[in-house]
Amino acid sequence: MKKLSVEDLEAIRKAAESDLLLREKSNSLLSGESSGLSIGTDHMQLLVCGGTGCKASSSAAIVGNLHKAIEKHGISGKVDVITTGCFGFCEKGPIIKVIPDNTFYVQVKPDDAEEIIESHILKGQRIERLLYKEPETQKSISDSKHMNFYRKQKRVALRNCGFIDPENINEYIARNGYLPLSKCLFEKNPQDVIEEIKKSGLRGRGGGGFPTGMKWELTAKQKSDIKYVVCNADEGDPGAFMDRSIMEGDPHSIVEAMTICGYAVGANHGLVYIRAEYPLAIHRLQVAIRQAEEYGLLGNDILGSGFDFHISIRYGAGAFVCGEETALIHSMEGKRGEPTIKPPYPAEAGYMGKPTNVNNVETFANVPVILEKGAEWFSQIGTERSKGTKVFALAGKINNVGLIEVPMGTTLREVIYEIGGGIKNGKKFKAVQTGGPSGGCLTEKHLDTPIDFDNLLAAGSMMGSGGMIVMDEDDCMVSVARFYLDFTVEESCGKCTPCRIGNKRLLETLNKITEGKGTMEDLETLETLGKIIKDTALCGLGQTSPNPVLSTLENFRDEYIAHVKKKECPAKQCKALLTYAINPTKCIGCHMCAKHCPAEAIIGTTRKPHVIIAEKCIRCGMCVSRCKFDAIVIC
Amino acid sequence: MDNNTIHLKIDRHDLCVPEGTTVLEAAESVGIDIPTLCHVDLKGTCIKNAPASCRICVVEIEGRKNLAPACSTKCTEGMVVRTSTLRVLNARRVVAELILSDHPNECLTCPKSGECELQKIALKFNIREMPFNGGELSLRKREVTASIVRNMDKCIFCRRCESVCNEVQTVGALGAIRRGFNTTIAPAFDKMMVDSECTYCGQCVAVCPVGALTERDHTNELVKDLSNPDKIVIVQTAPAVRAALGEEFGMPPGTSVTGKMVSALRELGFDYVFDTDFAADLTIMEEGAEIISRLERFLKGDKEVRLPVLTSCCPAWVNFFEHQFPDLIDIPSTARSPQQMFGSIAKSYWAEKMGIPKEKLVVVSIMPCLAKKYECHRPEFSTNGIPDVDYSLSTRELARLIKRANISFEHTPDGEFDLPLGESTGAGVIFGATGGVMEAALRSVYEIYTGRTLAKIDFEQIRGMEGLRHATIDLNGFQLKVGIAHGLGNARKLLDNIRAGKNEYHVIEIMACPGGCIGGGGQPLHHGNSDILKARMKALYDEDAAKPIRKSHENPYIVKLYEEYLGKPLSEKAHSLLHTHYFKR
Repeated sequence: MKKLSVEDLEAIRKAAESDLLLREKSNSLLSGESSGLSIGTDHMQLLVCGGTGCKASSSAAIVGNLHKAIEKHGISGKVDVITTGCFGFCEKGPIIKVIPDNTFYVQVKPDDAEEIIESHILKGQRIERLLYKEPETQKSISDSKHMNFYRKQKRVALRNCGFIDPENINEYIARNGYLPLSKCLFEKNPQDVIEEIKKSGLRGRGGGGFPTGMKWELTAKQKSDIKYVVCNADEGDPGAFMDRSIMEGDPHSIVEAMTICGYAVGANHGLVYIRAEYPLAIHRLQVAIRQAEEYGLLGNDILGSGFDFHISIRYGAGAFVCGEETALIHSMEGKRGEPTIKPPYPAEAGYMGKPTNVNNVETFANVPVILEKGAEWFSQIGTERSKGTKVFALAGKINNVGLIEVPMGTTLREVIYEIGGGIKNGKKFKAVQTGGPSGGCLTEKHLDTPIDFDNLLAAGSMMGSGGMIVMDEDDCMVSVARFYLDFTVEESCGKCTPCRIGNKRLLETLNKITEGKGTMEDLETLETLGKIIKDTALCGLGQTSPNPVLSTLENFRDEYIAHVKKKECPAKQCKALLTYAINPTKCIGCHMCAKHCPAEAIIGTTRKPHVIIAEKCIRCGMCVSRCKFDAIVIC
Repeated sequence: MDNNTIHLKIDRHDLCVPEGTTVLEAAESVGIDIPTLCHVDLKGTCIKNAPASCRICVVEIEGRKNLAPACSTKCTEGMVVRTSTLRVLNARRVVAELILSDHPNECLTCPKSGECELQKIALKFNIREMPFNGGELSLRKREVTASIVRNMDKCIFCRRCESVCNEVQTVGALGAIRRGFNTTIAPAFDKMMVDSECTYCGQCVAVCPVGALTERDHTNELVKDLSNPDKIVIVQTAPAVRAALGEEFGMPPGTSVTGKMVSALRELGFDYVFDTDFAADLTIMEEGAEIISRLERFLKGDKEVRLPVLTSCCPAWVNFFEHQFPDLIDIPSTARSPQQMFGSIAKSYWAEKMGIPKEKLVVVSIMPCLAKKYECHRPEFSTNGIPDVDYSLSTRELARLIKRANISFEHTPDGEFDLPLGESTGAGVIFGATGGVMEAALRSVYEIYTGRTLAKIDFEQIRGMEGLRHATIDLNGFQLKVGIAHGLGNARKLLDNIRAGKNEYHVIEIMACPGGCIGGGGQPLHHGNSDILKARMKALYDEDAAKPIRKSHENPYIVKLYEEYLGKPLSEKAHSLLHTHYFKR
């Protein structure tokens, strides 16, 4: 294929614009009326989520069935079915959006395809049962922009996810894609690009929050024959999937940003380090790289500018620690994935000993849009020291689970109660854990804290890569700390003593406490050892791994003390501390509990109240689930 | 202000250090002894391990959030360092307690006891109880090989062995496997060492701070044989042993204790005390003859002959090329190592001469080396199931035995080796240092090839500690190019070139251990001090200079051996007794 010039790029943009115009327009549509081919609409589009989550719920089969139905009704030229990236509202997936009336269908099944075509596309009749219902009001909402989940969001990094076909470069170009790159190559020198990024105030989204422009400048300053740009796509925080979604939904933004970064820092080689368990993201990236190469937007002499940039993909085996940049580099070099001390920073001696700029996926996703709209636009979003937006993976005991993007400075309350729709089943909020496994647990008193890098750190947690797990009154904070520590113990590379042995000892102490064998000295041990691990560990993983323990100790000390002194788990989660008993006034003696007890710990004759023998009880909870009379008491 | 000088403050000291100096080095320069554990830097050699992983050496640096490891934090201008604040001392103690919590309390029976660096740390930090007891030890392998005993339960994961095995020796037999608490050091896929590419050089043992890697002990076997009246037990001692043994008895490094060692061995009950140096002279006769023969064929245009000639005295080096360069196994000299030449001559020529039946004769060697333990068990070095050398003890084992036998080593009078296998020349003595075999060979090859007497016996141009050295020697107009490598990583560089057809040498000497045998895996532990190696090296060259005869071919008992028994170098008999062949592994 012919390599593109700047003019060609413009021509493609113009040509593809009309396809997107329909979507852009429907996004700003105000009327709630539905459209249909038989009621006057000429052309319609069906956007089907093709992210990993929705694909796992058969969204590919939905696409197949939609095509069949379209063919059956002979409306092939009038309806497009477009597989997009993630819409973010994963709990309600698979999601289909109908354009131009902007109808948002949730939890669609392959069998619904026929009805969508027949009722909606042809007759313009919305399918009520597939619409989203607000949990509080149970009112159906057809347009996503009126949903609480989306209303407060500002999608910058996720701007194209759920909007364009990630495997169609023309759609990316139509969204002004590769325009920032061509502007950089022809109108800016590398230093200008770095200045623009610096001015924007963009900070690394992978966890550390290091100013991106400064990082670029450090690498640019190095004198070297070869430099590298690395995209850190080793998303390791359990539950976090913003990087995967970006790569699946908008891979070209990463390709473009890496190329811009290469131009700015003087690198001609880009490497994406991605975990092999992200096959779809890998596939979409591969497609994007191939398409960009075919267009001459990647490779030698990009757009005729004389600048060369190549991207290749390196696979990780999914070790959490390989998200740490020095460990990541070692892993790419074929060595054991473990960190080394900094300095030297990767900017000085990184991949193969050469200056290397490492940025995370979400950071890169912000770059083209900053250069398109300007640093000033970007820096108006957010707080004083944290600019722009942040994507969070909202999970836990919350009504609306999914991927959200909000301006920095949004409060936890807004995220949890407005976007997240509050706590599930009307329970009481207890804590929110931010920053992945090495973040801290924040409480009620932090709810009005505006979320940004510094505030989270000051509150004893961190931004991390944007995991946000909400807990309610039923969660035991000692168990929560133990859960996270279990993860870091598992994922420690084992290099330095404090992380290898120290975290293991912390975990053992926590286990002791949850088993009712803890002492007050153990609490002291947790605190002193935790602090020393933070103070002495080699890398970010070890330096933050005691956070869940320390923050829960600080915010929920009473709960620890209850475990130790009263041998009680207030949240009734720690099995070893629970006693099961039968309330004789409620028990009718149906014998169901005794019949199903695997430990034969329940005795009693029919129609007479039964009794649980405490010594035999293994606290499995089987009796609770079998009793129809609510007679089992846990205390 | 000088650009390359850095000013900083450590505790109460204001100091200037060159750029690139670590906080540890800077502190050392003003007498502040920051404890270390994983760190080792054998200056002047390539042995270095600075992973900053044990965190014992942490210090407080003003303006930094966390404590920093002194071993690998470079000094920067205006830095203010505090090495003994309460925060630092507490952190160090807790880190040490954590290490101890994953280390068996077996000090009483541990072979490293008394030399253990972790033990010293525990003592220094005044650790009196184990606050983190109760945690299980991770399951790791134990293994006893011919040379090395691996007890990974004791491993503290300092990774010195891994650095030495991979970076210095480029053998790659040991590396980190698994992760987190279950991390351990092992051959790839957790294979056994015997199934790995291990050369048994023992450098891992030489740097292991604890009892995880130790030598296979043969002292009990020896004591049994010595007390058996039916056995005639003879001993040979390698040149490097005499330059280091004194250290075990508190003598300064570089004290030559040849005479005391001979007396002590006699006192231990050996029937005859001989010298491996005799066999070193014999090696030069055979290897020298091989060099001359190959050179002459080469000069005559023989296309079959392959150069360079590689020395073959070092068993770890032999293992290395058998494993790593099987395509080059016809290049090294076929001459056996001095230990094995000694064994085969002792059990043939000498035994016949003395009328001692072979099965009654026990040949023991005292070596600076652990690979020698493996070498004497190679099947090709046995005749009818009887090994030429029965077993080999390291310098450290000999020291332990002397102490156990209540011999007051310092007060032992000097003794003389027995004849004939105890007579040696200065050329045999310097076999223990890097470049020594080459120098010994050159002294004889020059005189035999040119027929002229050397004006100057010392070949100073090939001595020293540089990892790779080379020189050109004028042999009657023929420019003989020689190369020397010590440390297997350096050997690999030369062999890679040879394999790629870029060889520029006629003869190459290779020793596996940094510094040569004086730095062997069986020597008293250097604990990271490279001055010790230099002192041992000097001791050997001094002993050589003091010897009346300094060329192997002038050793009268060697001359007699050929007259009475072997005929000429490379004769058929010499071939069957003194040469060997190699195996692709």
